[in-house]
Formats: sequence, C-alpha cells, structure tokens
Amino acid sequence: MLARGFHDPVHEAQGVFRAVMDALARPGTIQALATDLAPPAPLTPELAAIALALADSDAPLWLDAALGENTAVPDFLRFHTGARIAAVPSEAAFALIADPAACPDFGAFAQGMPAYPDRSATLVLAVSGLADDEGWHLDGPGIKGSARLTAAPLPADFLGRLGRNHAAFPQGIDLILAAPGRLAALPRSTRVTTGG
Amino acid sequence: MYVAVKGGEAAIANAHRLLAETRRGDTTVPELSVAQIREQMALLVDRVMTEGSLHDPDLAALALKQARGDLIEAVFLVRAYRTTLPRFGASEPVETGAMSLRRRISATYKDLPGGQVLGPTFDYTHRLIDFALAAEGEAPAAEEAEPLADAAHAPRVTDLLGQDGLIEPSAPDDGTPPGDLTREPLDFPADRALRLQALARGDEGFVLALGYSTQRGYGRTHPFVGEIRVGTVAVEFVPEELGFAVPLGEVALTECQMVNQFHGSAEVPPQFTRGYGLAFGQSERKAMAMALVDRALRAEELGEPVGAPAQDQEFVLAHCDALQATGFVEHLKLPHYVDFQAELELVRRLRAEHAARRSRVEADTSETERKEAAE
Amino acid sequence: MSAAVAAPGTGYNFAYLDEGTKRMIRRAILKAIAIPGYQVPFASREMPMPYGWGTGGVQVTAAILGANDVLKVIDQGSDDTTNAVSIRAFFARTANVAVTTRTREATVIQTRHRIPEAPLHEGQVLVYQVPIPEPLRFLEPRETETRQLHALAEYGLMHVKLYEDIARHGHIATTYAYPVEVAGRYVMDPSPTPKFDNPKMDDCPALQLFGAGREKRIYAVPPYTRVRSLDFEDHPFRVQRFDRPCALCGAEGVYLDEVLLDDAGGRMFVCSDTDHCEERRADGHVGTEAARV
Repeated sequence: MLARGFHDPVHEAQGVFRAVMDALARPGTIQALATDLAPPAPLTPELAAIALALADSDAPLWLDAALGENTAVPDFLRFHTGARIAAVPSEAAFALIADPAACPDFGAFAQGMPAYPDRSATLVLAVSGLADDEGWHLDGPGIKGSARLTAAPLPADFLGRLGRNHAAFPQGIDLILAAPGRLAALPRSTRVTTGG
Repeated sequence: MYVAVKGGEAAIANAHRLLAETRRGDTTVPELSVAQIREQMALLVDRVMTEGSLHDPDLAALALKQARGDLIEAVFLVRAYRTTLPRFGASEPVETGAMSLRRRISATYKDLPGGQVLGPTFDYTHRLIDFALAAEGEAPAAEEAEPLADAAHAPRVTDLLGQDGLIEPSAPDDGTPPGDLTREPLDFPADRALRLQALARGDEGFVLALGYSTQRGYGRTHPFVGEIRVGTVAVEFVPEELGFAVPLGEVALTECQMVNQFHGSAEVPPQFTRGYGLAFGQSERKAMAMALVDRALRAEELGEPVGAPAQDQEFVLAHCDALQATGFVEHLKLPHYVDFQAELELVRRLRAEHAARRSRVEADTSETERKEAAE
Repeated sequence: MSAAVAAPGTGYNFAYLDEGTKRMIRRAILKAIAIPGYQVPFASREMPMPYGWGTGGVQVTAAILGANDVLKVIDQGSDDTTNAVSIRAFFARTANVAVTTRTREATVIQTRHRIPEAPLHEGQVLVYQVPIPEPLRFLEPRETETRQLHALAEYGLMHVKLYEDIARHGHIATTYAYPVEVAGRYVMDPSPTPKFDNPKMDDCPALQLFGAGREKRIYAVPPYTRVRSLDFEDHPFRVQRFDRPCALCGAEGVYLDEVLLDDAGGRMFVCSDTDHCEERRADGHVGTEAARV
C-alpha cells in the first residue's frame, strides 16, 4: 500500500518551505524540520517532506541510485507530488540523494545560464549528522560574520566541490542538508573553507 | 486642527457601499438582468470573454453588470476568477475549417466555394441613430435564411491558396504543446503561439491602433483580408484516463486570415504570407487588428527590416495587456507622498543652489560694472 | 478541500493562492535568496487587486505566510493608508492571521515605499511591493538588453547616469529608488523607497524579499548582506536630512512627511512611520505640535 502524504497539505507544506527558506537565507544555521511522514526506504522523512512541499509537475525530481533501487520510492513521489522523475540529473529541479557519500559531481546538474542563473538545481542530501559548532567555516550573504557547519557522511572531496560551485557564482547549484528532524543549507553564495 | 489620517478602513467600507448603490442607479428604473446583457450587449460580452481569456457568456455578462459597464473592470473580474479555476489540461485544437458559419466573407475573391455570407453585420448600415429603438419596440424578425453553407463546402481561403503553393504553408504541428503566458513568465523572444496568445488577450484599442499604424507605413505588410469567418466550433478534450477525445461543447469564434505580400528571399520563392487573428464571439475588429500585428511581428522571421513599433515584440507584448496597463496607470492614484517629499527636498535644494549661483553672477557683474564706471 | 485547507468562510484556499501557485512562487523565492539581488522571473498570477497596487508583494506574502505569522502592512510608512488597510484586510480574511501595527511584533511586514524606523530583527521578513524591478529600465527599456547587462555585470550605464547628475547639479539627483549593489555582484532596485532608507537594507538582520507582480519578478536580499548604494569616491552616497524633529513626537533622524496646515504656507513635519511616532508618544516624547493630535 502507498504510504500517505501530508495530513494537512497546506500548513505542512508551508512549514517545510519556511524551514528551507530560513536555512537558505541563513547558511550555517540548523532549522527544525518536524514531519511524521513514513515514506518507503531509503527515502527519509525529511527528503520526502521537502519533495512534497516543493516538487510538482513543473519541477521534476531526480533520484540517486540508492533511491531508484526501491520502485516504491518513485511511486510514492509521483503520486504525492505529480512530479516527473527525471531520467538524467540535468533535467531535475530537485535532486534527492539518499546516499550522500556517493553524491554525483555537481556538474551533472543544471547550473543555470549567465542570463538565467535561477534555472539551476537544488540538491537535497539525506545526511545523518549535522552540527553548527564545528567543521567548515562559512561566510557570505545571510551570515553574520562567519558560521560553522559540518555534515556527514559526505564525499572526501566535498569541500573542493563547494569551492568550485561558489567560484561559478551566480551560476551553480544549491544544497540542502537534511538530517533527522533538522536541516541546513549551503546556497551557491556561501564561501566554505577549512578556516585558518 | 491637524488630525493624523485615521479610519482608512471605515472610508473604504463606506466607498464600497456607495459604489453598490451607484451601480444600481435609479431604483425606479427596472434592474438589468444578466440574461439581458448577455443577449443585447452581446458584442461587449464577446470582448470581455476575449480579453478575459474565458469563454463564458453568462459570467462575462455578470462581470459587466458588476463593473457598471466598465469594460476593463469586467475583464479584470473575469481574469481574477479564471486564475482560481482548476486546470484539467488543454483541449484538442479546434477545427475552424469545420466551423458552423454565421458569417463568412473574403475580400480576395469575388466568389468562392461556400459563397460570401454577410450575416449580422454593421457593415453597410447607415449610422443613423434609430429613435424607434428608444420606444422599446420589438425588432422585426429576420427573413428565414437559406441553410448556411456546410463546412465541407466552405473551405478556408488560405487552404485554397495553399493548394497552388501561392501561400506559405502553416508551420507543421511538431507536437510540442504551445506555451501559456498565464503559467510561465513571458520570455523574449517569444514564439508565435505566445505572441498570438498575448494579442488575443490584448486590449482591442491598443491592438487596433498598432494594426492601423502598419497600414500607414510603420511596418507595412500589404494585407488582404483572405477571409473572416464567424460561427461556432466544437471543442474536444482527451482525458488522460480515457485516451480518446470527448466533446465538451461549442464556442463562438471569429477568425481572420490576412494574406500578405512577400517578395521572397534567396531560399524562398515569392509567395503570400499569413497574419492570423482569433477571438471569442463576434469580434471582427479585434481579429483583423490582431492579424495585422501578428504579421508585423513576423518581420524578423521573414527577413524584413525591423523598426516600427508594431514589429517590436518587446514593445507590443509588454504593453498590450489592458489590465497591466490600467493597473500601473491607475496606481498613480495611490499615495506617493514619501517619494514626493524626497523630490520636494531636492527641488528646494536645487532652487536654493540655483539662486545662490545667480546672485554670485549678479554680484560679479555689478562689481565689474562698478569698476568700469569708476575707470 | 478539507476544513483545514480553506480559509474559513471565504471559499478560497488559505492565503488565497492555490497550492500549485504557492509552490511556484516558493521555488522562485529560494533561488532569489541563493542569488542575492538577481531578479527571478516567475509566473505572476492575476490577483483580485490591480497590477501596480502590490500584487507582487501580495503574492510573496501569500506564499510565505503561515497560520502563526503576525502580519503588518504599511504604505508610505503608515498602517492606515487605504491600500495598506485593503491588503491587511485581504490577508486577515483569506488567511485569518494575526495582524499588528507594531513593527517589533510582526513576523512578516509587507511594505510600499518605506522601511520601518525601528530596527528589524532576525525573526522577521520584510516584503517589498515593487513597481519596476529593473534598475536599468529607464536607461535601457529592452529586457533582452538589460538581462545581458546583468549577466555580464556591466553596470557602466548606471554610473554614467549618476555622473551626469553630478555634472548638471553638482550632486546625484536621485532621491528614491536609488540603485544598490548587493553582495558585490548584482545592481538592484530597492523599490521606490526614499534613499533615506537605503542604509537600513545593509547588513539587516531580517530577510528582505521583493515582489513585482506586473513585471513578474521576485528578488531577495538575505540577512546580513552587504547592500551598497552606488556612489563615487569624490561624491559619496548621502541620505536626506531634515533640519527639524517630528512635530508630534520630537524624533530626530527619521523620515518626515510634510503636512500642509492651511493655505497660507502653514506646515509641519511629522514622522512618516506612524507606528514609530505613536510608540514614542506613548513613551512620553512630545513634539512642538503634539497638542494638535
């Protein structure tokens, strides 16, 4: 049987959106994201909530290999969002990534064009750990002075990818890091370094 | 005594009550029914439907009643209502060649298959006020008409021309759904389907003036009215779950096919080209003006020099919508005193600086004069 | 539609817009935040109020608003001007949200032409109504051209315009909608706020969202973002100064409205931000004409 969607689509979608908006507007802050969705594994409740809040027939989803393995995942997402599941990452508005350590290169996703940098993807990574008191040093729009953030698991060369993404500003992708019950975001405008 | 402006809320509520009363007018005069407007102000209803992008004569008539006959206000009501309607999908293309004709004329052929059918038209009426109408008498019934030419015998003029290759073929349908400027922001350059959508929704007066300007040399297109046809066509829709077309009903349309001269290019032999207009109901002026502007906007595609306003799609498409235009023009009624204060302060400062410069110049001049006098 | 979905008694969805439209606007807002100062095209809807009367701001507010938000709406700095009243009533009716005139109590503030005098805080979103979002529009009317200029960060035209002011008047003669550069990249129109308010946009703790309905653009300034008013080394940016305090509350360093008192040149200057003025008077501050209220 198909897992259910939001109980209260209007207000739950609004709540998820505001958490994502606040996270993108204030990189390095961790926003609460409460949801009682119980989607088919390995889709996490947080990834499902973000997809249900923001994807639809005008905003296709791309699923990573881990999510694609269980056909119940695309069935669940198609039914509740009406979104097309993109065959190739470059066609997606939102990419759902359940296995962040195997996150494809950002270049595989839509980067936008110089005249339309908004036509670019948002990657949503299901991480298990998220902390704002250690790890990377963040600065840029939305950040008072500087901030810290760390997430795991991630590919070893993730910092380098973030650096190249930021260097391409205003083009690039934006990242949402969703841990159980919490999320943070790294828009392309954020400069991420090891500090020092 | 100065009182800080208060009570906007009460003022607005009062204004709305007064508006409702004024809309009704003298209560000793019988109230207009929506059916009366629909039947007796039919051309106005057609225009509201066309610019409102919604085929619903009763709703358009109601909007006109609510709007006290203000056309743009009625279009506004219809459009705002339209946005709240659920969208089930797009209909199949309507077949105007199979139109049930009420009127059909061609200016390019004296006679043609299906014939010329004048139908209900103001053309050739003498515009003399008919005081008999003020007496509210019943109009004489029209003569029983001959059965109108059935569609199979009244092919479109452009199809007849096309048989000889004298007119450019319509672009083949490649299956991509046409864009929809109510769903996607307009992006330039806009393709022809989007331009036609914008023109169909566009203000008749604005489109008419632009079409007129092409006739006066601002983007000349050498137009002939190949055909104007007015009538009803069937609308069909393919529901996803059925997979075949089901009829939804009929809509009344006016279609205008302009046939325009074209000298050809290195690749294309000389041939006629098309300008297209389509509107709900009987809206001939709109359909004709739209066809002229459509053809003018194709100048670049056809390799013609571009420079006239009607050929400039950014200019035409950005300004043809009556709601956008009226909203922004009328927003000047809103308070602007914060910005005006900023300008007041600037003008006072510039005037003071100007006066200071003047008096310096005058002082210098009189100093020079005094010296000269003393010498 | 469940009872929780509908705005009670209106027949419309919560905050008027349907959920599909909200998602479309929300996606545009997220990209606008990620690319500060860049104008994101969006499929602006026909709203039940006229274009040019705040339809962009209303759509942005409707897309972000939640049941627990507290909404404040101002026009010309005042909660009481007719259009502010009308928009506040629209949301009170369709979203049934709490409304306030108190700047510090609001979580969402929709504004036309002013930024409140009281400092904004982190829990707030300021939504601007924007008539012409393109700062280069009056220098280059074509969208296809201005889009390229932004893509190339080619803002020489704007500097030339400001410099022509200096050549003619001895100083920059732009008093409102004064162009700013956001986060060192995009030049942005701050909406027709007086340039007096420009410094409040810089490093502001609140999120600033801009909605242009007729022109179909949304843009954003994230919190704590550098917003620099364009200027020249020898002609630095300066704001308007009033040579007197508010006649009602005695406030200095605030933006004032000039009120004509009679037809013999009588006038006084009072706070444009009515909430700020009322709070000060409630706290016992008194201006020279306080007796007039």
